[in-house]
Amino acid sequence: MTKMVPVPSRGIIPERDVDKRPILETHHLGIDFGGLTAVDDISLTIGRTEISGLIGPNGAGKTTVFNMLTNVYQPTRGTILLDGKPTAGKTTAQVNRMGIARTFQNIRLFSNMSVLDNVKVGLHNEIKENLFASVTHAFGYVKAERKARERALELLDFFSMADMADAEAGSLPYGAQRRLEIVRALATNPGIILLDEPAAGMNPSETAELMENIRRIRDTFGIAVLLIEHDMSLVMNLCEGICVLDHGKVIAKGSPDEIKQNPAVIEAYLGKKKEAE
Amino acid sequence: MLKFKSLKKTTRTAVTSYGIILVAFAIMFPLQQFGLLSNAMAGQLVPICTYIVMAISLNLTVGVLGELSLGHAGFMSVGAFCGAITSSALQEVIPAAPLRLLVAIIIGGIFAGIAGLLVGIPVLRLRGDYLAIVTLAFGEIIRNIINCLYVGVDKRGLHISMKDIASLGMENGRVIINGPQGAVGITRISTFASGIVLILFTLFIVLNLMNSRTGRAITAIRDNRIAAESVGISITKYKLTAFITSSVLAGMAGALYAMNFSTVAAKKFDFNTSILILVFVVLGGMGNITGSIIATTILYMVPEILREFSDYRMLIYAIVLILVMLFTNSAKAKLFRERVFDFVLRRKKNEEEEGVKND
Repeated sequence: MTKMVPVPSRGIIPERDVDKRPILETHHLGIDFGGLTAVDDISLTIGRTEISGLIGPNGAGKTTVFNMLTNVYQPTRGTILLDGKPTAGKTTAQVNRMGIARTFQNIRLFSNMSVLDNVKVGLHNEIKENLFASVTHAFGYVKAERKARERALELLDFFSMADMADAEAGSLPYGAQRRLEIVRALATNPGIILLDEPAAGMNPSETAELMENIRRIRDTFGIAVLLIEHDMSLVMNLCEGICVLDHGKVIAKGSPDEIKQNPAVIEAYLGKKKEAE
Repeated sequence: MLKFKSLKKTTRTAVTSYGIILVAFAIMFPLQQFGLLSNAMAGQLVPICTYIVMAISLNLTVGVLGELSLGHAGFMSVGAFCGAITSSALQEVIPAAPLRLLVAIIIGGIFAGIAGLLVGIPVLRLRGDYLAIVTLAFGEIIRNIINCLYVGVDKRGLHISMKDIASLGMENGRVIINGPQGAVGITRISTFASGIVLILFTLFIVLNLMNSRTGRAITAIRDNRIAAESVGISITKYKLTAFITSSVLAGMAGALYAMNFSTVAAKKFDFNTSILILVFVVLGGMGNITGSIIATTILYMVPEILREFSDYRMLIYAIVLILVMLFTNSAKAKLFRERVFDFVLRRKKNEEEEGVKND
């Protein structure tokens, strides 16, 4: 097979300078569980090829924000605009088709299926064949399957996983499972990919590789990345914009340097400085 | 054997499944034609074919989609009675038995599919135990409806009533379904060959489906619903696809089954039948199509073979069930089987290597 460069999804030729036109906007997003306000008043703007970070102490509501962005939870208040179109009332599957892909904090692979099939499932809406073709294995089945296989291998190769294609997904080592989740999400041809703690459980060299991969995703596919991460060196080195959550509210927004200096952030992470006795 | 093992898993399953059926046909068909089988044995051929189709189709719902359905006999019953009505009503229109059987099977499948759709839409919103309970109820409802259904045919067409035969208002008509007695006066047009064809058709549909975009979506939903949704798979659509395909095949099996007897009563398709099919699927292995075929054949034959032990036969049947469970599921048994396989394979390999050296 001749190697092909992965197809940039939105036809944007990546430039070193970031495309700031928004792909994802939220306005005053909030959600209540029963009487409890879990997350409130989140307003974010993420540029088309921007890498952004969502950080905050445990229980700040970061994953809840991801779940609202993908409509796993329906927000109680506020609006989400994806490429200018509201996502209210859509199902998770429909939101994915509109262009949001995600990975999960606790890995959710189709563990009994092969690595290749996991990616093929990701290609579900990209390379289609109808039910009749599925049942008869004719009428475009062969062509669609070949196309799906080639594209899946190409994507796996991008993360140097093509040699694992036939292995069972559940049997992969931890780091490879995390990578596979990203490949599967990329296969859906998103405009923005949400990564929920991609570096969790990784050693420093794996983390460095992950950072390189995230940059490559942005540069090659020309898409936006929003990530939740506790590894501050990763966030500070990688992200162009950072949003800090605490107790369900945005306490700071800005560039890494601004965030490092921000007293509210330092307080949230390290606690308040006691008055001198 | 080695070459066989190097094939892709899906190809291997297909080869074994089709192979078993074709070999069984090649052995049994001449025996049956030359009258070498006992009457009891020959009478079991079509029911076995039916139950194999039932087990494969239920495996699609339980093994591949991962939803427990306890009402599979209900779909079989819809197919059986729709098939019986079709066959009886078309007796004069289509005199050729095989063609009439085909039409009856198709009609049976279509109506079972419609039942699957109607049950599936509300039911597939539920999960796990709740789904099992509702499908169980569905099976019972169908059985009770057919229990008080009267259908007859005369020159003016079909007559349907839920009261009694008199209320059908027929002129010199024939009764097709007579309430609790079920379908009566069926011409027995099912043959062993047609049963084999239906199994092959079922295998074709199910194996192809499992190894396709649709099948991957269904398996993905089983493995991780949330992740499947997150990559843009519509859960309801694919759950329904699997459920309806499964009920269509069950309906076809039902039609074949009904046409093997002169009368079929609704109580044949009760909860016990649903459970029996589920036992075949579970013991054959969830999602394992070849396993379903083998388990159905063995477990269906055991009570028949044990008939001479009369009272003790269900006792022995229970013991056989437990043994099968132990053999298929325990770690020791798996290890034992692997060893046997390894031993056979290695010997073959050695022989081949020696063959190469000798050359």
